[in-house]
Amino acid sequence: MLEQILFYFFAGLAILSAVLVVTAKNVVHSAVFLITALLATAGIFLQLHAEFLFIVQLILYAGGIMVLFVFVIMLVNLDVSLHQVQFNRQWWLGLLLALVLGAHLVIAIAVGRSGLPLGQPAPASSLEPSTQLVGRTLFTSYMVPFEIASVLLLVAMIGAVVMAKKQRREVGAKQ
Amino acid sequence: MIPTGYYLFVSLALFTIGVIGVVTRRNVIVILMSIELILNAVNINLVAFSRLVGSVEGHVFAIFVITDAAAEAAVGLGIIIAYFRNRETLLADEMDILKW
Repeated sequence: MLEQILFYFFAGLAILSAVLVVTAKNVVHSAVFLITALLATAGIFLQLHAEFLFIVQLILYAGGIMVLFVFVIMLVNLDVSLHQVQFNRQWWLGLLLALVLGAHLVIAIAVGRSGLPLGQPAPASSLEPSTQLVGRTLFTSYMVPFEIASVLLLVAMIGAVVMAKKQRREVGAKQ
Repeated sequence: MIPTGYYLFVSLALFTIGVIGVVTRRNVIVILMSIELILNAVNINLVAFSRLVGSVEGHVFAIFVITDAAAEAAVGLGIIIAYFRNRETLLADEMDILKW
């Protein structure tokens, strides 16, 4: 019973705050609602016996990435964007197409559900202890993707620094 | 015990809301946030199926997705800062230098 209540709480919170992320006029409000959605997702992870991912979600997503977002929001001009229209001109067409996509996926899951073995989950003990199993899998079967991910992070870091830094010489040459 | 199908529908709802955000909003930062929502929906799917089959590999892929999300956010926000410094706008439909 408690499990159901928690699931509906986290799912409802995630969906509600996701809707508010998209509809909020102020970008800072969007960021705060996104943090709520990420925390609710972390709760769903915990219910699915993914303790390591729960912590990763809290520290990396809600902690790290969102700080980055809030930093950038503070760097760019907020007052101007508050008076602008926040939805583009073809928003109704985009909304319609996105809803068609969503309905399509609902039908796909509803129809395909009978064919998928969705009924009986494996025993929870097969995922315990979560962190140890994740670590062992990450450093044995997925060693090469793990190293590639580290290179990806390095490239992204260099790219972000190169793009965000001021290019004084070019600006001076233009003036 | 909550059936896996329920998690799929939560993930589907988050994914659709994220797509709606990407195609309807003008502000580039909100578009990036909607992409984070979409990646989050994917993670819920991966972890739910991981729970279903009792294997931890879905968690590993979710970690890779989170890594990608971090890289994408860093690069995307770097591009946004560079663009804003040059053009003083954050609206996706005003970013039309390539159009003439």
